[in-house]
Amino acid sequence: MQGFMAHLRTNGLRVGPDEFRHSMKALETIDVLKPDDVRLACKAICASKAETYTQFDDLFDAYWMNGGYEKFNIHKQPDQPGSTPRKSISQEMDDAGSGNGLGDPDEADDESSDESSQQGEGKLTGSRIRNINKVDLREMMTPEALARAEQLAKDLAASMRDRRSRRRRASQQGTALNMRKIMRASIATGGDPIHLFKQRRPERPVNIVALLDVSGSMMVYSRVFLAFLKGLVSAEQRTEAYLFHTSLMQVSDVMRDSDTLRAINRLSLMAQGFGGGTRIGASLDLFNQQYAAKSVNGRSVVIIFSDGFDTDPPELIGKALKRLRKRGCRIIWLNPLKGWKDYAPVAQGMSAALPYLDLFAAANTLDSLAALEPHLVKL
Amino acid sequence: MQDDMSWQSLQSELERLAYIASDELAMALHLSMTLGRPLLLEGAAGVGKTEVAKALAQLQSSKLIRLQCYEGLDASTAIYEWNYQRQLLSVRAASDRDLSIDEVEAHIFSDKYLLKRPLLEAITQDDPPVLLIDEVDRADEEFEAYLLELLSDFQISIPEMGTIHATSRPLVVLTSNGTRDLSDALRRRCLYSFVDYPDKSTEMAILRKREPDIDARLATQIVGFVQALRKEDLEKKPGVAEMLDWAAALSGMGVVDITNDPTVMQASLVCLLKTQADKAQIPVEVTQRLAGKLV
Repeated sequence: MQGFMAHLRTNGLRVGPDEFRHSMKALETIDVLKPDDVRLACKAICASKAETYTQFDDLFDAYWMNGGYEKFNIHKQPDQPGSTPRKSISQEMDDAGSGNGLGDPDEADDESSDESSQQGEGKLTGSRIRNINKVDLREMMTPEALARAEQLAKDLAASMRDRRSRRRRASQQGTALNMRKIMRASIATGGDPIHLFKQRRPERPVNIVALLDVSGSMMVYSRVFLAFLKGLVSAEQRTEAYLFHTSLMQVSDVMRDSDTLRAINRLSLMAQGFGGGTRIGASLDLFNQQYAAKSVNGRSVVIIFSDGFDTDPPELIGKALKRLRKRGCRIIWLNPLKGWKDYAPVAQGMSAALPYLDLFAAANTLDSLAALEPHLVKL
Repeated sequence: MQDDMSWQSLQSELERLAYIASDELAMALHLSMTLGRPLLLEGAAGVGKTEVAKALAQLQSSKLIRLQCYEGLDASTAIYEWNYQRQLLSVRAASDRDLSIDEVEAHIFSDKYLLKRPLLEAITQDDPPVLLIDEVDRADEEFEAYLLELLSDFQISIPEMGTIHATSRPLVVLTSNGTRDLSDALRRRCLYSFVDYPDKSTEMAILRKREPDIDARLATQIVGFVQALRKEDLEKKPGVAEMLDWAAALSGMGVVDITNDPTVMQASLVCLLKTQADKAQIPVEVTQRLAGKLV
C-alpha cells in the first residue's frame, strides 16, 4: 500500500499520511481479495478532484496489474500541466516538436525537447528582426519599457479591484448595526446600548481573466502585452491568464515566474511555437467549455487582447462572447489597431464581437493602456 | 442501521428506496459511514447528488438537516446566532436585581439564548442525522474555512461559550457543481466521488424505479432520447431529474410513442431544455432526427 501511495504521489495526486491511514482502515471493512472493491475504496479516499478521479483507474491498474511504473511517464504530464514553469514549458515545446513526426514519444523525449528549443530560438531571432522594422515598437522592447508596462498593468489591476462583498465586517462607518458587539458592550452599562457598533460590506477583489491573442498578426505586440499580462497576474493571485492562437492554453503559472524577462522570453517561445493563424471564435468557445465555469463569475472582468482578425466565421465570436457574458462577467476588448488613425472595426470578427463588449479600447501604445484607468474604475 | 453492512448491500438497500447508486458511489457512501468522514460529491446539475443525502436519511431513518449554500452565507446563518432581543431584555431585567457583570454575562451567553443554525443543530442531535451541505461551491472561500473545523473535529467554537463538541457524529454529505474550485484543505477532509450522468441501463433502472407504471417501450424511447440529447451541444444538459419530469409529463399526457406526434413531442421538451439558446439549438427537425434513430 505504501508503494501505491508513493506511486499516486509521483503521479500528482495529493495523498498524505492521512489518506494512507484511512485507506488501511477502509481495507479492513471490505473484501481485500476483490481487486475491484479495493480500487473503489482507494478511489473514494485518494482521488479528490474530477481530473484525478477519471485517471485513478488507470493509475491503479498500472500499479497493481502491471507491476508498477510502466505508465509513469504517460500520466505524469497531463496530471500537472503547470506545476512548475519549467515543466510546463518543456511540455509545450514537446507539443510544438511533435509536429515533426517524431516516432516514439517516450524514447525521443530528450531529443524532441532539444530540437524544439533550437527551433524556438530560431524563431525568436526571426521575430526580433521583424520587430526592428517597426520603429515605435522597438522602443518598447527595452527592459525599462517592459517594466513600465508591467507597472501599468499593476496599477490598472488595482483600480479595477474593489467591488462590494455581500458579507459584513465590523467597521466604524458602517450602515448596519453590529448587534453582537453592542450586546456585549451593553452589559457593562446595565443593558443600555450606549455604544453603537456598526458593520458594513467590505470591499472584495474582482477576478481578472486575461486572454491574449498571440497569432502572427499580433506578434509585434505580443512582448509588450505579455509584460502587461504579467503585471496583471502578479498583482493578484486570482488573476488568470491564457494565450490563444489556433488553440488556447493557460499560462498563469508561468506568468508568476519571479524573473520578468525570463518569464517573457519563455512565453514568447511558447507563443512562437505557433504564430500563424488565429481562431478567436474557437478559442473563446474552448475557454467557455473548459475554463469559464471555474474562473468566470459575476465578479470577473474578462480582458481580451486581440486585433479581431479571425480565420473562423465571425458568428462564432459573437456566439462565444454571448455565452461568456451570461456568466455575468464584464468583457473588455483591447485592440491595438484601434489606436490607428481612421480605424473602423471592419474585421468581421471584431464587428460581430462589438455588441457584447463593455469596453472596446485602443492598446497600441503604453499611453493608451494608461488611459484605460478611468474606464476600468467605472466598470 | 448496522455499520458492518457491506457496500453491495448498501447499494441494494438504496435501490429499494428508489435510488440507483453506481458502484463507485456506493463504495464511497459505505466508507463515509464506516470511517465517519464527510463525503464530497461533485458532478453536473441534476445527476442526483442531493437525492443521495435524502435517500441516506431515509435509509437510516434519521433526520436530514440541509444547509443550502449561497454567496455571502456566513456564520450567523449557517452555524449559530445569539438571540439579541432576548439578551437585551434579560440584561435589563438583571440590572434591577443587582447581579455582577460576570453573572449577567454567564447568563445571557448560555444555551438558552443561542439560536442554532443548521451546522450547530446537526452536531447537537441525540441521534446522528444526515447533514447535507448543498452546493458548497456557491458559498465563498471564507465559509469553507468555517466548515473545516466542523468537518475534521466535529466541533464548533463559540467565543462566548467555548467549544461545543458533537453529541453525535452526523453523516455529512457535501455537494458541488464545480462552479468554483474548492480549496485543497476542504477536499482533504472529505472522501470524494464524482457523479456522472448515468449510462443507458442505469438511467433505465432509475426510470423504472421512479415511474413504475410507464410503458416499457416508451421508457426505452425516453431514455434513448435523453441520452442522445446530452450528446448535443447544449448549455444546460438535461439531468436525471429533467428526464423524470419529462417521463411524468409524457405519461401524464397519455403519449405512448414519442414519434407519433411531433408537435406534442416538441412542446413537451420544455421539461428538458431550460434556456432559450438550447431551445433554438433543438428545433423540430433535430428532435425528429434524434427520435427517429431510436426505433
